Amino acid sequence: MTTETPTYKKKDFVSDQEVRWCPGCGDYAILNGVQQAFASFGVPKEKFAVISGIGCSSRFPYYMDTFGFHSIHGRAPAIASGVKIANPDLHVWVVTGDGDALSIGGNHLIHAMRRNMDIKVLLFNNRIYGLTKGQYSPTTVPGKNTPSSPYGSLDEPFNPISLALGAGASFVARTVDTQIKHLKEVITAAHNHKGFAFVEILQNCVIFNDGAFGHVTDKEVRDDRQVDLRDGQPMLFGKEKDKGLRFTSKSLEVCSPEEAGTWQADGPTGANAFRICQACENGEIPVPIGILRQVERPVLDETVTKQVQDVTESLGEGTLESLLSSGETWDVS
Amino acid sequence: MAPSQQEIPLQLVDEVVIRFAGDSGDGMQLTGSQFTDTSALLGNDLATFPDYPAEIRAPIGTLFGVSGYQVRFASKDIHTPGDQPDVLVAMNPAALKVNLSDLKEGGLLIVNTGNFGPRDLAKAHYEENPLDDPRLDQDYQLVAIDLNAATLTAVESTGLSNKDALRCKNLLALGMLYHAYSRPLAHTEKWLASKFGKKPQILEANILALRAGANIAENSELFKTVYQVDPAPLPKGTYRNIGGNQAVAMGLVAGCKLAGLPLFYGSYPITPASDVLHALARYKNYGVTTFQAEDEIAAVCASIGASYAGSVGITGTSGPGLALKAEAMGLAVMVELPLVVVNVQRAGPSTGLPTKTEQADLLQSIFGRNSESPMPVVATASPADCFAAALEAVRIAVTYMTPVVLLSDGYIGNGAEPFLVPSADSLKPFPIKFQGETEDFLPYARDPETLARPWAIPGTPGLEHRVGGLEKADLTGNVSYDPENHEKMIELRERKVNGVANSYEPLEVFGPEEGDVLVLGWGSTYGAIRGAVNRCHENGHSVAQLHLRNVWPLPNDLGSVLKRYKKVLIPELNRGQLSRLVRSELLIDAISLPKVQGKPFMATELERHIETLLAN
Repeated sequence: MTTETPTYKKKDFVSDQEVRWCPGCGDYAILNGVQQAFASFGVPKEKFAVISGIGCSSRFPYYMDTFGFHSIHGRAPAIASGVKIANPDLHVWVVTGDGDALSIGGNHLIHAMRRNMDIKVLLFNNRIYGLTKGQYSPTTVPGKNTPSSPYGSLDEPFNPISLALGAGASFVARTVDTQIKHLKEVITAAHNHKGFAFVEILQNCVIFNDGAFGHVTDKEVRDDRQVDLRDGQPMLFGKEKDKGLRFTSKSLEVCSPEEAGTWQADGPTGANAFRICQACENGEIPVPIGILRQVERPVLDETVTKQVQDVTESLGEGTLESLLSSGETWDVS
Repeated sequence: MAPSQQEIPLQLVDEVVIRFAGDSGDGMQLTGSQFTDTSALLGNDLATFPDYPAEIRAPIGTLFGVSGYQVRFASKDIHTPGDQPDVLVAMNPAALKVNLSDLKEGGLLIVNTGNFGPRDLAKAHYEENPLDDPRLDQDYQLVAIDLNAATLTAVESTGLSNKDALRCKNLLALGMLYHAYSRPLAHTEKWLASKFGKKPQILEANILALRAGANIAENSELFKTVYQVDPAPLPKGTYRNIGGNQAVAMGLVAGCKLAGLPLFYGSYPITPASDVLHALARYKNYGVTTFQAEDEIAAVCASIGASYAGSVGITGTSGPGLALKAEAMGLAVMVELPLVVVNVQRAGPSTGLPTKTEQADLLQSIFGRNSESPMPVVATASPADCFAAALEAVRIAVTYMTPVVLLSDGYIGNGAEPFLVPSADSLKPFPIKFQGETEDFLPYARDPETLARPWAIPGTPGLEHRVGGLEKADLTGNVSYDPENHEKMIELRERKVNGVANSYEPLEVFGPEEGDVLVLGWGSTYGAIRGAVNRCHENGHSVAQLHLRNVWPLPNDLGSVLKRYKKVLIPELNRGQLSRLVRSELLIDAISLPKVQGKPFMATELERHIETLLAN
């Protein structure tokens, strides 16, 4: 066994499988960013397990030259939990979409967050069911016409960030498919975080929901429509970073850069993260990207391993012999 | 010969069936299991049948809140908890009403008169006090005693409140029966000490009540006869008393030890399977990790994930949970990873009768998934047999890289009997080797004998590959929509599972090698069938028993064995599921004997059916 840090290039994480997403799909950019990020971690590549559910995004593991598991709809966090507990040495990543993670798999997602399993979840949010041809999803904007909502969708959507904050995720971040530098930074921060990491990636679906986030991510508007939150730094946005944000007693407001508040990702309650991710919906306040929350909490796969060690230490390692001789026995001779 | 007042005769009997019945809060399960454990340590053969309502504390005194625990203990080899009790302990009118019709004529009836007030009687829908009916004393040996008053007197010195003191009345009843059947109090006293070590007042009260029960029985000559049941001539060896769910847990741990792999158990609480989770959670020092998942689907999925990472992934549930796990089990079929799914069956459909027994999930286990998703099914026959059956399920799962269903049921899971503990060296290891070789590695290449694919776990350098639920190309495991490949893979998976039958031991019948009737069974009908066949033998009939441990794929020699008998009778606690398989797979005109009452077969009712078959 060598303990040297392996050096990889992006191509080392490119599998031999032909990528089959639609031309122009945001997933290409994300794949590129993840491959670059993984190559930079210095982790032996056999230690990555990339696990997905069902949907366009869930084809992701086939294109990564790591161990990969393309499972069933919504269940990737549950499968990943078993993988991580069985072998905590692995780096377990889940790739999922808004339908997969928030609809059919919602229960698994919130419980993985609650337990603070050390798994990383990349949620590709394109606000639509792509693989099943365009039905509205749990993040679709109300009123949208889709094949299953020909007169407009009536459902209120989830805000994935507030859901993750509410479920107690210890790392909550947002990035954008086409902003590769930012995407790599966030993914690297998720990798370095000990515990559950939730990353929402705003992603475009060119076929069924083109421009899903255009009002936030298009080059012409994004400097004014995004605020990149940096822990311990003032909340600034605008092309020249000429605008600031600050919390008031009641809400959040735009201010001059000098008056801008300092962003804290590890506040005691997460209340500010919750406020800023809600406020973004009203139009005046920019959409937050970056790390909205990062705190330390006990990590389940570690506590599980420790409990097994502690019990084994106190009771002694069980053997087949001790198993068979346990309980109150009697002999018939 | 009438006994004198001073001399209570000691009578040797070869078996006794006692049923303890009371409110679900009366501690009847505890009383029964203590009597069982003590009898086990005396070397009796025994079988138990706990029967309790779904309500944890049903409204006091109601008919639906009656909880029962039947134990049969014997100085001979027995296989069922007995058809009719010799002794009924009824702690209240509801318990009397629900159980009296089962008591043998002339049987011993112990009634707690302390709970026979007008309100108690009304709750049990008695218009008159049944104890006033003189026939009760004529038809049975009635012992009517105010256990409440006796308990309050016995534990008075502890200063417990009346409410707490009355909680000890089950121990008083237990003490009385220990005297009646010549059992020592020591085991239960030791158990109480370990349970209430930190509550000395409660401990003292319970011990006082237990001793008072034995003393009252002796001093007031409560019973006209005192009985003795000698140890049973069981085969030589070391025994322990074991419940079915506990034995499943032990068998799974042993199986994983023999495979040399850690055990991961993902489960969601469900009656009557939760005890498997409870038991495994205590085995952490045996390389066991338990994961109480957020739902049944997460439980099976996490187990699949654990298998993917190199543990033996096991999940446990009961029928409704099996339905929820079906899609993920199909995934395990596709990715060809080991998985054991323990199904402690209960009566259904839907929520059904959660605390009652049935074996109606056989076809669901074999076929209950989308498309062609073959899966071996192993069934356990009795509480002690759970150990070997669980071990067999692990062996098949890891040897053939396949999900396996292990079928138990509520009757087995909650029942208990002596378990002849095998020696460690009598268990044959089946060590597993993960794929390590990277040269020419193909994720879906197959072992020529078992057709198992390699187990290549994450963390192994050079073996990075992808698996998933999409159809696999043969050998490479890449996604493939090729029509011929799909058919080939369906056929390969089927052949692999069918090949499991090549690893079975040859079938063994109990009774004549050929003859008039063969009674074919699987699962918890074992004991009742054995009892019935034994009685047929005593009557000189040509009747044999064949019991299947491996229910799917069917054993290769099953057809040839069945054809040696004129008639094949298949009693099942379902509407004839194995019968359908035998008819469709083997073209044998088996006669189905279905029963779906949430209750096991009685040996006598099976005997009656066999006699009828023989007569026609």
